[in-house]
Amino acid sequence: MPQQTEQWREMLINWLIKISGYSAIVFVTLIFFFLIRESLPGFSPETFSRLAGSRWYPIEQYYGLAPLIAGSIMVTLGAALVAIPLGLGTAIFIAEIAPRWVREILKPLVEILAGLPSVVLGFLGILSLSPWVRETMNLPTGLTAFSGSLLLGMTSLPTIVSVAEDALDAVPRSYRDASLALGATELQTIFLVTLPAARSGVFTAVMLGLGRAIGETIMVMMVTGNAAMIPNSLFSPVRTMTATIAAEMGEVAKGSEHYHVLFLIGLTLFVISLLVNLTASSVIMRQQKRAERVLS
Amino acid sequence: MQRIWKPFFLILWVFVLASCQTNQAASDTRPTGKGVQNVGSDTMVNLALAWAEAYQHEHPEFSISVTGGGSGTGIAALINGTVDIANASRQIKTNEIEDAQKQGINPVEFVVAKDAIAVIVNPENPVSQLTLEQISAIYSGKINRWNEVGGEDRPIVRLSRETNSGTHTYFLEQVLRLGQKGDKTLFSTDTLLMPSSEGIGMEVIQNPNAIGYDGLGYVTPEMKVIAVAKTAQGPYILPSVETVNDHTYPIARDLYMYTAGEPIGEVKTYMEYIASAEAQAIVEKLGFVPILP
Repeated sequence: MPQQTEQWREMLINWLIKISGYSAIVFVTLIFFFLIRESLPGFSPETFSRLAGSRWYPIEQYYGLAPLIAGSIMVTLGAALVAIPLGLGTAIFIAEIAPRWVREILKPLVEILAGLPSVVLGFLGILSLSPWVRETMNLPTGLTAFSGSLLLGMTSLPTIVSVAEDALDAVPRSYRDASLALGATELQTIFLVTLPAARSGVFTAVMLGLGRAIGETIMVMMVTGNAAMIPNSLFSPVRTMTATIAAEMGEVAKGSEHYHVLFLIGLTLFVISLLVNLTASSVIMRQQKRAERVLS
Repeated sequence: MQRIWKPFFLILWVFVLASCQTNQAASDTRPTGKGVQNVGSDTMVNLALAWAEAYQHEHPEFSISVTGGGSGTGIAALINGTVDIANASRQIKTNEIEDAQKQGINPVEFVVAKDAIAVIVNPENPVSQLTLEQISAIYSGKINRWNEVGGEDRPIVRLSRETNSGTHTYFLEQVLRLGQKGDKTLFSTDTLLMPSSEGIGMEVIQNPNAIGYDGLGYVTPEMKVIAVAKTAQGPYILPSVETVNDHTYPIARDLYMYTAGEPIGEVKTYMEYIASAEAQAIVEKLGFVPILP
């Protein structure tokens, strides 16, 4: 008898875990279809031609998506330029170079940065970063993609640092020992042995960090100026897709053309992050297969 | 592999939370029994709050909740039947009236106060007067440097409210298009759209290149107000209670409240209070212009 209860419990737990595992896929699929349902069927042929325009001004039916997509890409690339070198540098320092006591101070500090609400960073940005950017770069205004990128870099930093640091930490001690024993310097060991060995984790770290950057909303809305123009440099104001949804969703009449277009922007963001993640995972898997082949 | 799904979960949660919120708003804010719901124009939110507080002080049993969000938000909520009174800093559009009638709601209009839009610049800026046409040319991108309107050799940074703000629509129609109906002039694409009045204020105060506009009630002493003329011959008029009342300041407008059908019960008594001299005294205190002569 007790054995049978044991079996039942096993099965129940098994099922619960299975359901929660599959629920992620179910939810994502549901969201995907919800976004499609709220956007595409509401479109008339004219809407499609409006989407191709180069101007975004929804109260007069200008729905050109190009400036918004360009704005999001510009800010995210800028954030990548800030966050990748800084984040990987910090992760390498914490995992490979810093003495134990420094590491124990630095790690929690980086995680505190992750807990900072982005709206607080936005306030700092609008009050002190943007005037500083305007004066030092001699720009017309400090509310630019550049200011947004700097702050976004800050918000994606903790994700990149902690995930990359974990990946570096997981590289077996013997790799480093072997490299050092063969006469390589510390620097050579880090960049030619440890970092390549941890590359899939490091890659995931970067992708997660940038995923956070492209989805960030309120802070970007505060510091990038929200001018819907196709930016000619990192130093011009931009309007991102997320800021557009946040600024306009509250006012829009349900079922109107504008409403459907905003959902299409949501769908576009979804597809972009899907593509980024699929590319990332396929790269990681291909690399693993090759590594396995070499080792076997 | 599991890490890949993490961003999707985040997106999911945003939507779950968002949908919870709207559902709640739809079910909780039905007019009857739960107090009066008053939603709309951000320009009017401080005014509406001040009225609500003063009225509740005398009638403690009266319950009202005031929220901003923009004129469009207020009117959309009125159409969806979730509010009793919508505040709007612009007149309701014909298509909004049609939408409302489709839902069986007949919006009734009340002019509750007047407002002037002040054009503001940084105090360091030597420019102190502009014509409507110059302001229009600046915002539409025809004038790009301050020395073209008598200022220093600096670029002009244009600041505007977001498109869901009634102030934005009003400025577009009355200033950018100079009140001409068929005019299709648009804001220059490099106009910065700020999500709040505070955002415009902060940028104007710290950036000598900036020009902005906002309700007279939001102007603080750290900003420089521009005197505006209808034509180059002048006269150039600074916005004030007097110049708005005698119609000499050119960028002034009426502020509206809309009810779903003729008001009844406590909404009716509240609308009567707003027209009273006592409520109009509050209008003046907040930097708007009262409707009583």
